[in-house]
Amino acid sequence: MKGILGKKIGMTQIFAENGGIIPVTVIEAGPCKVVQVKEPGKKDAYTALQLGFEEIKKEKNVPKAKAGHFKKVSLAPCRFLKEIREMQELKTGDTVTVEIFSKGDSISVTGRSKGKGFQGVMKRHHYHGGPGSHGSMFNRAPGSIGSSAYPSRVWKNKGLPGHMGDRRVTTRNIKVVDVKKEQNLLLVKGAVPGSNGGYLIIRKND
Amino acid sequence: MALAQERGAQVESGYKKERASFGIGDTVKVNIRVVEGDKERFQPYEGVVISRRGSGTREMFTVRKLSYGIGVERIFPINSPMIDKIELVKEGQVRRAKLYYLRGKKGKAAKVKEKSFNA
Repeated sequence: MKGILGKKIGMTQIFAENGGIIPVTVIEAGPCKVVQVKEPGKKDAYTALQLGFEEIKKEKNVPKAKAGHFKKVSLAPCRFLKEIREMQELKTGDTVTVEIFSKGDSISVTGRSKGKGFQGVMKRHHYHGGPGSHGSMFNRAPGSIGSSAYPSRVWKNKGLPGHMGDRRVTTRNIKVVDVKKEQNLLLVKGAVPGSNGGYLIIRKND
Repeated sequence: MALAQERGAQVESGYKKERASFGIGDTVKVNIRVVEGDKERFQPYEGVVISRRGSGTREMFTVRKLSYGIGVERIFPINSPMIDKIELVKEGQVRRAKLYYLRGKKGKAAKVKEKSFNA
């Protein structure tokens, strides 16, 4: 599996050759440095590459632990550090760029979704809710959440109100519409999780 | 929805088409690409630009004309590949950004004054 780290810039639309409009998300992806190589052996039990994205410009903003980690491999410290599993054949200090992707590739994009706060069941679990008017007093409530004699408890995973969003979300099977090598940009069809400026992990589907 | 940063404008500029500059009140001829089976031809559409809206790759413009006495308006995306060419026929002199008032007018009242260059 191949992957890269990036940042969501925002959405726009571009034209297909037949005049149709494609909604696209612009992602600034890489260049990422390989910070650590993990192989099954003494220390690690799996194959992965640890990539770093976006250099931290000021030294005072680098946490001590991070500074030490980067000093070991004599690389500039990065803000966003993630592992890509099953990525191989690169050494520490090598650079990964958007060139690993090409037009039409299928990718999966992982990010942190926008936080929605404490939400009710209609927004959070797509419950229908009740009628809005005509004296109905059952508007947006969840309704009955179980039965009496059996099971006389609430089933696990019952959808109830609670905190929504602000969690790790992966959107799978997104098509790459365009790759801009000079600008390190990736244009993908449709939306990806998170707010503009949020960090993303982009993996190529094999 | 829009790309907020300057970076976005930069990205979009790469996908814009080079078009002749035209403004509100100008008379333009739009060459529309029409695909019939595997054949392709151009269909001209001429009229007055009564509105231009949006920015970046999403910019649209409206062209109004009279076809056999009936008003016709078509809205085009400026950057669409289905538009081959936009020709500027006449420059108009107007004092508004949207010429929706033309819709209610007939005959001479529905005319846009041509730009005079000796003013």
